[in-house]
Amino acid sequence: MYAFNYHRPASLAEASAVLVANADAKFMAGGQTLLPAMKLRLANPSDLVDLVALRAELSGIRREGDRVVIGAMTRHGEIATSDVLLAAIPALAGMAAIVGDPAVRSRGTMGGSLANNDPAADYPAAALALGATIVTDRREIAADHYFLGLFETALEEGEIITAIAWPIPKRAGYEKFRNPASRYAMVGVFVAERADGAVRVTVTGAGASGVFRATDFETALTADFSSAALAGVAASPEGLNTDIHADAEYRAHLVGVMARRAVAAATA
Amino acid sequence: MSATGIGAPVLRREDKRYITGKGQYVDDVNRYGQAHAFFLRSPHAHARILSIDTAEAEAEPGVVAVYTGQHLADDKVGGLICGWMIHSKDGSPMKAGPHPALAQGKVRYVGDHVAVVIADTYSEAKDAAEKIVVDYEVLDAVVDTAGARTAGGEPVHEVAPDNTVFEFHLGNREPTEAAFARAAHVTKIDLVNNRLIPNAMEPRAAVGDWDAGTDTFTLYTTSQNPHVARLVLSAFIGIAPEHKLRVIAPDVGGGFGSKIFIYAEETVCVWAAKKVGRPVKWCAERTEAFLSDAHGRDHVTHAELATDAGGRVIGLKVHTVANLGAYLSTFSSSVPTYLYAPLLSGQYDIPAIYVEVDAVYSNTAPVDAYRGAGRPEATFVIERLMEVAARELGKDPAEFRRQNFVTSFPHQTPVIMCYDVGDYAASLDKALATVDYVGFPARRAESERRGMLRGLGFSAYIEACGIAPSAAVGSLGAGVGLWESAEVRVNPVGTVEVLTGSHSHGQGHETTFAQLVSDRLGIPIDNVSIVHGDTDKVQMGMGTYGSRSGAVGMSAIVKALDKIETKARKVAGHVLEAAEGDIEFKDGKFTVKGTDKSIDFASVALQAYVAHKFNGQELEPGLKEGAFYDPTNFTFPSGVHICEVEIDPDTGVTRIERWVAVDDFGVLINPMIVEGQVHGGIAQGVGQALFEGTVYDSSGQLLTASYMDYQMPRAYDFPRFSVETTETRCPSNPLGIKGCGEAGAIAAPPAVINAITDALGHEDIAMPATPRAVWRAIRRTPQKMAAE
Amino acid sequence: MPTVSMTVNGKTVRRDVDPRTLLVNFLRNDLRLTGTHVGCDTSQCGACVVHADGRAIKSCTSLALSCDGMAVTTIEGLATGADLHPMQEAFRQHHGLQCGYCTPGMIMTAIDLVARKGHHLDEHTIREELEGNICRCTGYHNIVKAVAAGAEAMKAPAEVPAMAAE
Repeated sequence: MYAFNYHRPASLAEASAVLVANADAKFMAGGQTLLPAMKLRLANPSDLVDLVALRAELSGIRREGDRVVIGAMTRHGEIATSDVLLAAIPALAGMAAIVGDPAVRSRGTMGGSLANNDPAADYPAAALALGATIVTDRREIAADHYFLGLFETALEEGEIITAIAWPIPKRAGYEKFRNPASRYAMVGVFVAERADGAVRVTVTGAGASGVFRATDFETALTADFSSAALAGVAASPEGLNTDIHADAEYRAHLVGVMARRAVAAATA
Repeated sequence: MSATGIGAPVLRREDKRYITGKGQYVDDVNRYGQAHAFFLRSPHAHARILSIDTAEAEAEPGVVAVYTGQHLADDKVGGLICGWMIHSKDGSPMKAGPHPALAQGKVRYVGDHVAVVIADTYSEAKDAAEKIVVDYEVLDAVVDTAGARTAGGEPVHEVAPDNTVFEFHLGNREPTEAAFARAAHVTKIDLVNNRLIPNAMEPRAAVGDWDAGTDTFTLYTTSQNPHVARLVLSAFIGIAPEHKLRVIAPDVGGGFGSKIFIYAEETVCVWAAKKVGRPVKWCAERTEAFLSDAHGRDHVTHAELATDAGGRVIGLKVHTVANLGAYLSTFSSSVPTYLYAPLLSGQYDIPAIYVEVDAVYSNTAPVDAYRGAGRPEATFVIERLMEVAARELGKDPAEFRRQNFVTSFPHQTPVIMCYDVGDYAASLDKALATVDYVGFPARRAESERRGMLRGLGFSAYIEACGIAPSAAVGSLGAGVGLWESAEVRVNPVGTVEVLTGSHSHGQGHETTFAQLVSDRLGIPIDNVSIVHGDTDKVQMGMGTYGSRSGAVGMSAIVKALDKIETKARKVAGHVLEAAEGDIEFKDGKFTVKGTDKSIDFASVALQAYVAHKFNGQELEPGLKEGAFYDPTNFTFPSGVHICEVEIDPDTGVTRIERWVAVDDFGVLINPMIVEGQVHGGIAQGVGQALFEGTVYDSSGQLLTASYMDYQMPRAYDFPRFSVETTETRCPSNPLGIKGCGEAGAIAAPPAVINAITDALGHEDIAMPATPRAVWRAIRRTPQKMAAE
Repeated sequence: MPTVSMTVNGKTVRRDVDPRTLLVNFLRNDLRLTGTHVGCDTSQCGACVVHADGRAIKSCTSLALSCDGMAVTTIEGLATGADLHPMQEAFRQHHGLQCGYCTPGMIMTAIDLVARKGHHLDEHTIREELEGNICRCTGYHNIVKAVAAGAEAMKAPAEVPAMAAE
């Protein structure tokens, strides 16, 4: 790691101020992605703003009417085992249960993951499919307007995610094909039938520009929300990643397989 | 069998320190005043170094010194060596290029050592290294194994203009050609034995220290053979004479071959300790391990098997190109030659075999022995051939193998080896029963009902281990003898220290070796300690690799114990006032035959040291004996592994559903530890077959340089293994043991691939058979899918 | 340099640290608790797993400063005097280790697993839960057995079942 200045602000305002004052500063929530990147010298913040002291303020899971609100500093392990969430959106709890490994899940946070928007992260697929709202210290951002590409989000300088509000769907499912080495999503597909009947199918890990919607799949499922409805639907390899683990064609194929399995999970 | 003797599943004595966090690995060693080293590595696979400017780095905070290859040259520090001379078929010696510990003039692979920065802290060293300015003239990289000889451009080493290290051959060309000429059927295959990166969980590390008062060096290093390291560092690299250089390999966190070799980093740390007048410590980051630990395998092979009309194998032809990487690592040349070609006969009676091996340089990390070393490559060739031939001939793969098994011993193969003993059919029968071979069609049908593909694959392997008779390996080019040493020190109170030249880095010698001693001397196992890994304590020894610690290392202990017993009988005779010939030794007691006059071992030990009861001029006081044991033959562990897989055609994911291993390791000292060795070997072999692909791009960049891209086997990748043994006692060592450390890694890859090809219905799949590769292979055979 | 203080194996410690000091460096270099190991740079191998406020974390992926005020337990803190923790004993009883390098992380992960999922762990669960711990020696077979036995034994720390026949 390169040297950096360490900050441990006690309030959101203080945290934001450090970031605004230092162009190369970075927030750290659980640090499970940032620290490895810093260790490999791929990230080089001048100032590290550790949000650990805000954890009490920014964590927790509660149901608010037809949605579940999850504090940004809530950890994957807590999300995976939340009774509230397991009752309301089991697919999202199930997703949290397969983020990273158990030790990573006891440090990594939902807000940190969404702020980072790694193209192989899981939550972006859920957020886009369920129509989550990203709540920050200054506004609310709809998921549809939040993900702007690889590691790019609508967050502004010094803006901190405080919570994520998840509308409760009629049903939803997530299936992930892991990169065999890193165990990140190589192809992850989230399917949801929202409360208003709208169907969303989103794909993470596969797209060259990050999470995206598979609209052909949405159309097919809107007509008939069943795995069988996806039998003839294929994803296009165009715009999908090719790397040593999977070429675009294989990823495209897996989008179809994971989508069918996610629907099966959602309708089980 | 006593509770702690030979054959007992004694719990490991070394475990206590490991499970309480009290192991002492090299990275746990800290010397007062130590500085830290960071190695600047080449970002290019092949480049000339036009200049190196270290001035700015030297001025960075905390920096103690920056050294380059020029400093090593100025100090007349020798290069790293390859200790096994191979001659080409035309009689010319192999072409060994220079291998300086820090690059001199050229870098030859990504990760090659360009300079070392020594600083007060590791972070300071690493920060300062970024300030070193190196001007490179980048050259075309030679990466491809099969294409290395015709790559053109600048060769990796001047001494080998076509990148060919040697053209080796073995066997009998004319009889082999004649066999093929009269063959009823010839089976041909092309195989790639994929390059592997060893990945012992403990990264390599070194702490070099120099004592100004005595001008003595100490090197703590992650080594499987500290004495060999000292020999090479002393006699060839020239750090210091052996009596001025102590090498300590404390607890070592796995090796699998990769810690046999003498590396640049440890060389530089111990040399630099004197230069800077401070201890110098280095511990590899995992990515450095990926880049610069010696890799394994990397063969491209064409092989043909000739059978007669009755299905008897009558001939085998093999041509292999072996990639040795950018430099010849310590034992690299022996791996694709004498550890490979002599094993190609497998368990089969094949009258004619001819093998050619072309070894090539490339701009990749050096390749050397990795668990199995040559024998997995050979087993992959013969066991794939046997499986494919059986399928082509419409024969049951098990019965086709059985038909061709060697059944009378000793059996001389056409490729050096003389198999001493074995019962291959016994292992096969037991494996078939354990896996429920007759039930397989029903299991396959059940899988197909669920839309899955099921396959079963065999691997009937043999290996030569317990290496090795010194004169024999000497005649084949080895630079060292492969005996082992032992010293048994009996203390006056009857406790025993055994000093062994073997080295344990997970094998459990502190338990198994003590079982032998406890058993033989009739003393409690707690009264025995095993000392290893320190050249100041243990006399010259050869270390642990090639499944040799039991067959060779323990045999040396047996020899020393023989001498102890002989001497102790003499002492007992004096004490009991009986003729030496009338003394019986049993269960730790010396008894005068036919009487109840006896004395226990501890009392004899005390008498040996007080020396009151015998004439010190006729019988020396004390009870300490040493021995060197040189084996009379290799040992030949063998067995049958059966792998049953289920493949999801939608994703290409292969799951191993059953694994049956039936191994003949001869006599077992500790079956619990043997079984553990088999488990680990299988996991590494399965890793090779399914997961572990080393990928260099065409410019020589290693794309699989971390666990983000190199798939390590994990717990959920395996079923519960069924591990069983058969036993034919090895006739060539006193304990009858054969060795078990490498068997799983040797047996496993062809078993997996034979199972996958069985499931797919065609042979077109390479290792590692990743989900993508399997999915693609399935798509290449729509007729098979449609038919089923 | 900033100061960090935490409780490690029951003792309060306070040190000035370079901000980039990882928890594992702090434990190994500052406190000389070298039982916690480093096996990779990418947070995958699990050799560095310790407990922080009762949960298993990767100490190579946490700054020491982030753990200010926390209670950390390392492999050295498990045994009570000469009495091994049941999970430690189970690893020994079932030959769940060879070179020993991954072992501290495996044991810490296993204890955390029991805390989260109870004493009756099936083989599938254990294998899945060991995702973040890599062993190169054992093929995991005996680790899985050890974890299952250790989990059972943690109910009644006095008895660890002897090695079960397969």
